[in-house]
Amino acid sequence: MKTMVPNLKNIINHSPSIDKVGVEERCARFQSRSIKNESKWEGLKMVLSMIDLTTLEGKDTPGKVKQMCYKAHHLNDNMSDLPNVAAVCVYPSMVKLAKKELIGTNIKVASVSTAFPSGQAPLSVKLSDTKFAVDNGADEIDMVISRGEFLSGDYNFVHDEIATIKEACGHARLKVILETGELSTLDNVRLASDIAILAGADFIKTSTGKISPAATMPVTYTMLQAIRDHYVATGKMIGMKPAGGISNSKLALHYLVMVKETVGDEWLNNTYFRFGASSLANDVLMQIQKAKTGIYSSADYFSID
Amino acid sequence: MGRLEVLKTYKIYIGGAFPRTESGRTYPLHGKKGDLLANICLSSRKDVRNAVVAARKAFGGWSEKTAFNRGQILYRIAEMMEGRKAQLMEELVAMGFTKVAAEKEVLLSIDRCIYYAGWCDKYQAVVSSVNPVASAHFNFTVAEPTGVVAIIADEKTGLLGLVSLLLPILAGGNTAVVLASQSLAMSSITLAEIIHSSDVPGGVVNILTGDLNELAETFSTHMDINALALSRSTDLKKKIAENCTVNVKRFFSYDKNWADASAQGLHFISDFQEYKTTWHPIEKIGGAGGGY
Repeated sequence: MKTMVPNLKNIINHSPSIDKVGVEERCARFQSRSIKNESKWEGLKMVLSMIDLTTLEGKDTPGKVKQMCYKAHHLNDNMSDLPNVAAVCVYPSMVKLAKKELIGTNIKVASVSTAFPSGQAPLSVKLSDTKFAVDNGADEIDMVISRGEFLSGDYNFVHDEIATIKEACGHARLKVILETGELSTLDNVRLASDIAILAGADFIKTSTGKISPAATMPVTYTMLQAIRDHYVATGKMIGMKPAGGISNSKLALHYLVMVKETVGDEWLNNTYFRFGASSLANDVLMQIQKAKTGIYSSADYFSID
Repeated sequence: MGRLEVLKTYKIYIGGAFPRTESGRTYPLHGKKGDLLANICLSSRKDVRNAVVAARKAFGGWSEKTAFNRGQILYRIAEMMEGRKAQLMEELVAMGFTKVAAEKEVLLSIDRCIYYAGWCDKYQAVVSSVNPVASAHFNFTVAEPTGVVAIIADEKTGLLGLVSLLLPILAGGNTAVVLASQSLAMSSITLAEIIHSSDVPGGVVNILTGDLNELAETFSTHMDINALALSRSTDLKKKIAENCTVNVKRFFSYDKNWADASAQGLHFISDFQEYKTTWHPIEKIGGAGGGY
């Protein structure tokens, strides 16, 4: 990208278009890396430490959230030296409870907000939704952008909304969900990433997990490119969170390869990279078990989530 | 101008698809006169793992099908085999069988499918029971499938040994991961194609070809395999049985002549069933009191 003042007008006019075929080819190559056992073992532990353990369902109960919080810092008591997950991700109404359950741990509480998952609500509602979560102690806010406005070309609206929510977040870090499954093209993904970053996102996140396709490698790669270009232009690091659809260890390791080769080692920690997932943790634990004992494990021996 | 024959690539069968082995390795299969018949996949541990994942995924759907429907599907396997008799015989002959022996094996295998198709909606009635208890309870026992079953198929029969174990295990609602005969592997892959076109859902049957010495450890220790049926004489038998204790797998060893009439029967189904007993409180029935 040409050096220029990063303002909205410049971004809208100059956000690069994405070569879809090229991106897919590049992503295919990330998946053909041979990862040796020792690296795999370290990689799996890193994956665990980057997980945002998530439950975002209408049927969520305090009991379910409690159980998940317990799991967040007791991933598997039979295995020593496992890291904790990075955060738990819940609805605003569960933030207070999650916060209480996680006292004394380093695990963050992330809350979705802004009328998640559709985002179809007036700004005042989105603001009070966000403030409610922050007041209850949320460390991170996962907001959704207004996809309808974005697709009809009202980029100013999208930008201003993100900026307003960012202000309401206070010290909480803001993750901006683009819901790439609804954005149709990689060009749109890139543009939405650029707008979100400009508006003050601390993290950009692929999906709500409610729309298929959720996180894919091409989409994540495109967003990482936006992050890299922003870093090159301004020196500021933005985090990345693919969410939804990453449910096995092998794929998670491929994502780490992609992060390393696209933005670099500085992003390989849970301050700048997260996985939004619910079933990934168990699969990683099963692989770690396999690495330790040499025998393939079974889902029967891990918690149901 | 002579026509160049199109040869079949013998691949393995996992989750309703025919991939090559993940390891990319093969071993040559030779005919009686030393001629090369085919390159067969030499499956690896990861193929076993993938097959078990597929079998586990398919287990819910298959075990919940109605018994009658399972019977229909197993019958369909027999129908498909009947239509491909000639091919199955030709392959056995190529691998060293006499024509007579090949025909006997194929026909017996088809009959065995029919036999177990018939059992599908009947074995429950035979192995389940209502039990007399000394309290006001209706006490009954029902059979449920064990889960994912590994089959180390007979080495000396290309088809019959495999079918004789696979069919009762399927009839009982289990899903299977099979290690086929290494020296007679062609028939097992043709059988996979037959199963694939018989309305058997993908993943219910998974067939691998390869070396037992290499895979025995993985099969016997895998925590997500619930039972193991060994139908081969091997030095590894004791080790396999020991390894099965890791997750208290059910272990059965059948050293049989599969052409024998005693090589079919209800116990091949019931070996792979778990029994669940329910105590249901009732009031006195018909003056029978606590002795019902």
